[in-house]
Amino acid sequence: MTRFTSYRIAFQTILTKEILRFCRIWIQTLLPPAITTALYFIIFGHLIGERIGEMDGVRYIDFIVPGLILMAVITNSYSNVVSSFFSSKYQRHVEELLISPVPNWVILSGYVGGGLARGVLVGIAVTAVSLLFSDLDIRSFGWTLAVFVLTSILFALAGFINAVYAKSFDDISIVPTFVLTPLTYLGGVFYSISMLPGFWQKISLANPVLYMVNAFRYGLLGVTDIPIGIALAIILLFIAGLTAFSLYLLNHGVGVKS
Amino acid sequence: MEQAPGSAEKGDLWLRCSYHLRFAFPPGAVFMNALLLQNLRKTYRNGFEALKGIDLEVAPGDFFALLGPNGAGKSTAIGIVSSLVTKTSGRVEVFGHDLDRNPEAVKGCIGLVPQEFNFNQWEPVAEIVVNQAGFYGIPRKQAWIKAERSLRQLELWDRRREQAVSLSGGMKRRLMIARALVHEPRLLILDEPTAGVDIEIRRSMWSFLTEINLRGTTIILTTHYLEEAESLCRNIAIINQGRIAEHSSMKRLLNQLHNQAFVLSIEQDLTRIDELGDYRWQRLDEHTLEVEVSRGQSINGLFQALAQRGLEVTSMRNKQNRLEQLFIGMLNASRRRDAQ
Repeated sequence: MTRFTSYRIAFQTILTKEILRFCRIWIQTLLPPAITTALYFIIFGHLIGERIGEMDGVRYIDFIVPGLILMAVITNSYSNVVSSFFSSKYQRHVEELLISPVPNWVILSGYVGGGLARGVLVGIAVTAVSLLFSDLDIRSFGWTLAVFVLTSILFALAGFINAVYAKSFDDISIVPTFVLTPLTYLGGVFYSISMLPGFWQKISLANPVLYMVNAFRYGLLGVTDIPIGIALAIILLFIAGLTAFSLYLLNHGVGVKS
Repeated sequence: MEQAPGSAEKGDLWLRCSYHLRFAFPPGAVFMNALLLQNLRKTYRNGFEALKGIDLEVAPGDFFALLGPNGAGKSTAIGIVSSLVTKTSGRVEVFGHDLDRNPEAVKGCIGLVPQEFNFNQWEPVAEIVVNQAGFYGIPRKQAWIKAERSLRQLELWDRRREQAVSLSGGMKRRLMIARALVHEPRLLILDEPTAGVDIEIRRSMWSFLTEINLRGTTIILTTHYLEEAESLCRNIAIINQGRIAEHSSMKRLLNQLHNQAFVLSIEQDLTRIDELGDYRWQRLDEHTLEVEVSRGQSINGLFQALAQRGLEVTSMRNKQNRLEQLFIGMLNASRRRDAQ
């Protein structure tokens, strides 16, 4: 058996384990985003949206669809990895991986793959819900899919880093509550930044989620507040940086070895 | 599985010898230790020096005891060998593979049964074992075959679909052994595998471990049950305050005992005897006698002395486990040396 085959089997094992984990508790993991998004569509899209009219030349309910899908993907990709990896540290079964001949990049890929899998499933569920309220006419399927997958990977990596540093269950909820949610809400999910005064527009440009939401919206609706090339470059840059940092943490045993 | 540890040893001498020849001296190979530690040091971030430069060699096929009091550095040493703890300095080699140069080869040789339960308690029993096989690159189909064999050996196959949380303490310990064995490691490290386990399960674990050792697996055992180490292990190292206090064969170590105390139950009334030759003795009650047998004296001589006085022995036991007696003596000596 080649080394590559061993790594592939190890990766598949971690990925399967991760997918089975969130599927076993689907009521906690897969159902809530669909319900929450349905409520957003009813309240913001249908009831309030009808009074708002159009935004960036599209119906308000259509305008918020990309942001809502991506918001669910971001939250679920992040929380899947952070909760799973922290639990494995807390219950010490991360040791199963640390003692076995699995390279750190395979461990990272397995966990990120798990986050991506949950992101994809939640994304599909939320998209299905959105179809009940809006007529999605995808402008660029390839672009939409690329942004969708890359964003999910990015936040799965961020969740992994959070889990590495977390020492208690409080530590894994602080970042999603006080960092991730505000960034997502202020990342142009519900509004176009062109509506903001100049100063706040500039502040908004420092929010990485803005680039992802706009890149995704471009793929779905063909409208964006920012150049999509820059958006893609920023996403890729973040992925590269977070991957390098995650591997550095694993190679140095931060949070997992004494 | 129910078999006294010693009986397998006597019956399978040929198996043991052939094993040693096969692994210790493979054709064209130089002698290779199952485990080699050289000047191994570990200082934790808080400044605590857990290992102060230990050297250790474990031969292939050995059943090796690593003993020491709590906090002596046993678990740190095991943690370093199994890649759970980062060493400060020193060298670790497992079957000739250097931990720094080829960590994956080292990890592939080792199976670890840690002190505390470290599996996902919410996963089904079989899944825990199958996943572990997957981490070692064993394809899923083959992993199921190996997991079945491993779980059957440990009498857990019937519980394979249950969540691990529902198992009893002894079953959980057996699950950790089954998991550690699924990839057929050449070196099995057991960190207090029988802690908190009742005597029946402990004995069945002893015979199982003896069996797999006879089949060729090198075993390193840490335990606080010294009778366990005495009856299972052939070689021993005692670690104290981060240093190796003793490293020898069990036989040589036990020969260091200057005297042994025995407690004998006597059929007749003991109030009528007032001497027992050269043996130092004391009466514990009307039918129980404690006798000290020094190195120059024999137990046969003791029985003769008792028979001459018309006393019949109905049962006999060591007052204290022999290894325990030595262990405590060594630790005290080591502490005295450190204090000076």
